[in-house]
Amino acid sequence: MRTAMANRLTPYMFMAPAIVIMALALMYPLGYMIWGSFRDWNPSQTIGEAEFVGLKNYITLWGDPNFHESLGVTLRFAFFVVSIEMVLGVGLALLLDRDIRGISVLRTMFILPMMIAPVVVGLMWRYMYHPTVGTFNRFLDGIGLPTVDWLGQHALMSIIIADIWQWTPFIFILSLAALQSLPRSALEAARIDGATAWQQVIHIKLPLMMPVLIVTGLLRLIDAFKVLEVILVMTEGGPGLSTEILALRISRTATEFRELGVAAAMSNYLLILLLLLTVAMFAFNRWQETRAARVQALVEEDD
Amino acid sequence: MASPNTKANPAFYAVIALLVFMSVGPVILMFMNSFKLDVDIISGSSGLIFLPTIQNYEKALCDVLWYEPDHVDFCSLKFGGAFINSLIIALISTVLTLVIGCMAAYALVRFRFMGRDTVSLSTLMVRMVPPAVLLVPVFGLWNNEFCLDRDGLIGGAIRDTFGGRGDVCLAGTHSGIILIYVAMNLPFVIWILQSFIVQVPRSLEEAARVDGAGPFQVFFKVVLPLIKPGLAAAAIFTFRIAWNEYLLASALSDRDTRTMPILIVNNMSEFNVEWGVIMATGMLLAIPPIIFTLFASRQIITGMTAGAVKG
Repeated sequence: MRTAMANRLTPYMFMAPAIVIMALALMYPLGYMIWGSFRDWNPSQTIGEAEFVGLKNYITLWGDPNFHESLGVTLRFAFFVVSIEMVLGVGLALLLDRDIRGISVLRTMFILPMMIAPVVVGLMWRYMYHPTVGTFNRFLDGIGLPTVDWLGQHALMSIIIADIWQWTPFIFILSLAALQSLPRSALEAARIDGATAWQQVIHIKLPLMMPVLIVTGLLRLIDAFKVLEVILVMTEGGPGLSTEILALRISRTATEFRELGVAAAMSNYLLILLLLLTVAMFAFNRWQETRAARVQALVEEDD
Repeated sequence: MASPNTKANPAFYAVIALLVFMSVGPVILMFMNSFKLDVDIISGSSGLIFLPTIQNYEKALCDVLWYEPDHVDFCSLKFGGAFINSLIIALISTVLTLVIGCMAAYALVRFRFMGRDTVSLSTLMVRMVPPAVLLVPVFGLWNNEFCLDRDGLIGGAIRDTFGGRGDVCLAGTHSGIILIYVAMNLPFVIWILQSFIVQVPRSLEEAARVDGAGPFQVFFKVVLPLIKPGLAAAAIFTFRIAWNEYLLASALSDRDTRTMPILIVNNMSEFNVEWGVIMATGMLLAIPPIIFTLFASRQIITGMTAGAVKG
């Protein structure tokens, strides 16, 4: 009787620490943030002392040109980063999907940029982009071309390039894994039928990889909204607001402008955006599973 | 049409060499610059010929060196202390996350109980929350709510021992930063470990149970050894985030608990950047991830594919 009881309680005991910590340090803060977003709140007050202002923070932000600018920068950054990385990463995976020696060494080299701290990535690129001592301008100068004002006029492009450097390997590695787990029989059949390499890529490899590619792309998209440190170190959001992505603006509103309520409302907008993306991803996964199950059932019927 | 799987011509290897150069080049550049004097970096006698010096590292770590380097008149950086803080925070939060996450993942996979789907779903949802979103509430809570009253029993005892005036709060302590890191990493760790635990054959566990092992024994003696690769991957990812994170640490730490990324960012925003020292500090921060990459790339790739594809 005692053991039966203990057995029934086991799963809860195993779950308890995780649930307590996540409730205390994730769920409660998120609720607290939603609560705080309805208040005129500055860092020296506790939330109870802050005045309740209803939807004012949200409405202010809705009409705030700086917020629009920042949202625009975020969306542009996310769009360019994800689409360029997808093309490059998948392209490289298709190119390098062969039995060559040393592919594991290659992959090791490729994951290095992802593992290094964003802060360090930022400082490396800030050095390389430096107008006078930086690597790029020195190189351009060396071969007699005019130098480029990387972190000034072209700041957004420069942070996009840095992000592409850091995260293309992620997509490369995932799509390489997907490529190598494709059914050999389909490729074999296509080759026997005389399909060219291009035809194989377009009609067989890409469609078969599509499910993995879409999930990868969505994951990368969600991560693109989280980027903060690299940009903070490279440009601090400037010049002007040209590279001030939402995450950065939230942290500046909270620490520099000392408007916690507005920052919380902005966090909520970002969260809603991400929630939509996550739901899209989850729905896609479900749809994928049911479709796979249906195909499986059909195959079994044929047998 | 020759099979593309066997042919490998020189142009192909040239492409690979170029890619490797592009991904590793900046790191090597930083490595070399960290051994140069500022004069050499700025004058741009670019190239491989220079006299390596460890002055930058001496300057960065001046607070933990046992001797006083001649060129350092005033030790302003205190990077050594930050290094130790980072190490404490990253290691403790990694261990805690793994233990707690492992237990939760096991329960999610092996026991059917109410709310399993909900937990799974919320795990996925929470994974999407950016640290910036947590900044405001965590700052408020850790400073105002997660406190022990100074007149209370425990709070009073802590206050008496360590001194200070107000209530005892989580903000500014190592445990405050560790708590948020554990919470942030748990969803991802549970997610990865789940995909490994699913592969452990049930029959093995049942055999152990027939032999009279309790649920805890089954977990520690049968399941844990079998999911070691998953644990390694999860450990690396957790450590990486805890080690590299800047934003939340900067909001929660005080003078004594600052981690390395905070010091680097503070130094970068100064008007006159000392490139040599900055590169040295960056290198110090990059060393553990580089070591992981070189020695455990297989686990990292496993973790990455398990986390994304099976997610």
